[in-house]
Amino acid sequence: MTAASSNGALNEEIPLLTRKDFVSDQEVRWCPGCGDYSILAQMQKTLPGLRIPREEIVFVSGIGCSSRFPYYVNTYGFHTIHGRAPAIATGLKTARPELTVFVVTGDGDGLSIGGNHLMHLLRRNVDVTVVLFNNRIYGLTKGQYSPTSPIGKVTKSAPMGTTENPLDPIKLALASGATFVARSVDRDTKHLEATLATAAKHKGASFVEVFQNCNIYNDGAFASFADKDVRQDRMVYLENGKPLRYGKHLEHGIRLNGFQPEVVENPMSDDELLAHDTSREDIALPMILSGMDYPDFPVPLGVFRQVERETYDGLVQDQIDVSRLSPEPDIEALIAGPETWNVL
Amino acid sequence: MTTEIESPLSEATTTRDRVTIRFAGDSGDGMQLTGTQFTRTTAVYGNDLATLPDYPAEIRAPTGSLPGVSGFQLSFSSNDIHTPGDNPDALVAMNPAALKTNLGDLVPGGLLIVDEGEFNATNLRKAGYEENPLEDGSLSSYRLMRIDITKNNADALDGLELGAKERFRSRNFYALGLVLWLFSRPMDTVVRWATDKFKRNPVVLEANLRALRAGNAFGETSELVHERYEVPPAEVAPGVYRHISGNEATALGFVTASHLAGLPLFYASYPITPASDVLHELASFKRFGVKTMQAEDEISAVCAAIGASYAGQMALTGTSGPGLALKSEGLNLAVMAELPLVILDVQRAGPSTGMPTKTEQADLLQAMYGRNGDSPVAIIAPSTPGDCFWMAIEAFRIALKYMVPVIILSDGYLANGSQPWLIPQLADIPPVEWSHADPASASHAYERDPETLARAWAVPGQAGFEHRVGGLEKSYETGDINYEPGNHHKMTLTRAERVAKVANDIPDIEVTGPQEGELLLLGWGGTYGAITSAGERARSEGKSVASAHIRHLNPFPTNLGEVLSRYDKVLVPELNNGQLSVLVRSQFLVDAIPFNKIAGQPFKISEISGKIDEVLGVGGPFEFEF
Repeated sequence: MTAASSNGALNEEIPLLTRKDFVSDQEVRWCPGCGDYSILAQMQKTLPGLRIPREEIVFVSGIGCSSRFPYYVNTYGFHTIHGRAPAIATGLKTARPELTVFVVTGDGDGLSIGGNHLMHLLRRNVDVTVVLFNNRIYGLTKGQYSPTSPIGKVTKSAPMGTTENPLDPIKLALASGATFVARSVDRDTKHLEATLATAAKHKGASFVEVFQNCNIYNDGAFASFADKDVRQDRMVYLENGKPLRYGKHLEHGIRLNGFQPEVVENPMSDDELLAHDTSREDIALPMILSGMDYPDFPVPLGVFRQVERETYDGLVQDQIDVSRLSPEPDIEALIAGPETWNVL
Repeated sequence: MTTEIESPLSEATTTRDRVTIRFAGDSGDGMQLTGTQFTRTTAVYGNDLATLPDYPAEIRAPTGSLPGVSGFQLSFSSNDIHTPGDNPDALVAMNPAALKTNLGDLVPGGLLIVDEGEFNATNLRKAGYEENPLEDGSLSSYRLMRIDITKNNADALDGLELGAKERFRSRNFYALGLVLWLFSRPMDTVVRWATDKFKRNPVVLEANLRALRAGNAFGETSELVHERYEVPPAEVAPGVYRHISGNEATALGFVTASHLAGLPLFYASYPITPASDVLHELASFKRFGVKTMQAEDEISAVCAAIGASYAGQMALTGTSGPGLALKSEGLNLAVMAELPLVILDVQRAGPSTGMPTKTEQADLLQAMYGRNGDSPVAIIAPSTPGDCFWMAIEAFRIALKYMVPVIILSDGYLANGSQPWLIPQLADIPPVEWSHADPASASHAYERDPETLARAWAVPGQAGFEHRVGGLEKSYETGDINYEPGNHHKMTLTRAERVAKVANDIPDIEVTGPQEGELLLLGWGGTYGAITSAGERARSEGKSVASAHIRHLNPFPTNLGEVLSRYDKVLVPELNNGQLSVLVRSQFLVDAIPFNKIAGQPFKISEISGKIDEVLGVGGPFEFEF
């Protein structure tokens, strides 16, 4: 996302906005205690820092609890149809590359009914920021399993437990060629805010998975590793160029044995640990990291991958600009076509 | 380039005022190219003409097989004509399968040119012939010209560095050269085209030109050919003309609308027969600011277009019937969000995958009703290939003025058919007007124009108009989410009224023929030519028959009901199982008589004539002969 405006410099003429400027007049209608409140708040805190006028920002969403998001942000917003937000955002951004576009989606909206569009948005590298709220359940339809629910999960539509394998959003994004892939969690507000800001500033398709607690239909889905008192020992924060260390006193580390990550207790030095590198063209490393899950491993949070590549909307615009240079467009000549005859 | 018309009438020719010719061969024989090149030459020569390409859905069906036969028919005339002709006067059959599948249409005594070199045991067997029809006397009622095109052509290419396959492939140019000679056409238009087309491949160019000239010389020198025909140029309105197909005209109309509006065009589409050519054309118009997106599916295509519409640009998606079905949910979002959107549906034979390369008009009710909820959209339909240009512009005029989706129902017959077209002057084309939200007259995005009921088109970038829209029902006043009973009632009626108001903004329907009388032929879309010709024929026989063609299908022209009331009977010929007739009967309580052909082929004039006679009580019950 071209946060610092497309000409590369901060636009000093834009008045400093505050979080309040991005709060709409609509009453927020999520269940009390929902993780969505935190994501909304961190986004509203992030937006002023982008230094982009409100009217040049568009939030596009599909259907589901998360997709109510645009109503609560005082920018342009489009609450569209189930699963199609990535397609609508692609058209919007391609038509008007100067706009700043966010897609807000969920695990059902983005990975089930709209999985195809999400994959193609990431593949094309459309310069938008996709925030996927992953609560591993269907909330708005009242509690059916989602494509990220773990196998065996008991829900209304699976009274004996689901018989489906879950999809990992990070792996899907990596395999689709996303140029920015990150993960955060609703209850770590500082990390979430920082991750959203980094994603918004990335030029190209940014994908952020946010672990989001649905306190009604899937309460505590992430509690075993994301609760405040266990978080430091059960999650590892990925930082580019730094060794994978975690724990209250950074007493645990991760190293690679071939393609297999291993937990190292009290590592002697950073040298024996896996150093994170977000800039690799190949996706082997982030794929391995995405495979780490509690309880065998700490759950990774942070940026898995961030690489530079031409954007779809930019390339489309470049072709228009180049074509306009020569020959001089002549609509009458176009209508007349290559061969005419004159009837007298 | 522009050519002045002269009439190089040769002394040894028979003058005819209309000829219909069909080229038929294997789908790998280049019959579409042969037909197109003959058409271009004929158009430049000054005849009026109409074409009917007819090809299989398979890119390469098994060589020599019956399903693999590809045909191209054109009718050219020194008069104003409306159809590609019912039955060919001349048939070129490049192999036995082409002969077998097309012979039944050739008029008795018609000219039959066959490549006898292809009538070998293998090809005869593939076509299902037990005896060679060239030898068993079964073709005695036609003027048969047996020419070993394959061998003659190979001889003409002697010395060129070309494989046997490439030599064989140029035999369509041999046939083309021969037919150009037969109908007294010059070769220069084809030569110019080939020289440009094959400029990077001089050997292939040389082969095609040699083939063309050899075929032409064969006509000149061979004693096989006893007759030559001449169809003088047509008396048509003066002006500068070009040859144009429906899909070309459609794409040109869209880019012209964008030029007139001064607003960029965004086209998102998923490839589908027979609409893909519109994507190809528009993709080549980048210098006019046209952005095209080959979407991952039909749904993405309509949604991307909606995104562009929300962004304030001219948004367009194109497809055929199966794709329209997939787009219906997206279309409804545009209805609900009150966004301008144009959807091109180049109809083909359905249901489901149906017959992708065959024409039909069976998406009218889908366009009209194929969405959840009460969801009216405007629907228009071009009547000729050239009319596609005008209806493309008309679609955007309506969409932008009324903030509604507009569906254009073209069809495979119009899309691939072609005609000479009087090139319009830009100054004669009505403007395409639009405006984004104007702070002087609107304070928010749901403030409505009292005349059109269109809401303000507030687009990102406009400070002070930040708003949220979506598929949920909205308050009539503010556009905020609203589930109140009275509001939903009012919004549903408003959406309907906004589309109904388009009727005040479109021309009255015009009647050809008597303004009142016994029978009115009422049609829409690509059947215009056949219906108009059948009406003309009936009147020339002294019958009280008029015809009227609907270009605006929803809403109908305001005078339509009154027009229908002036005739004793209304006959509705359609290439579907009765769709316009349903709408007409329900809206006007008129006992419209459906006349339906669902064969993947356009109407023949004679079929409509037969039905007219039945309805007027001067002929027996009409039955199709398929």
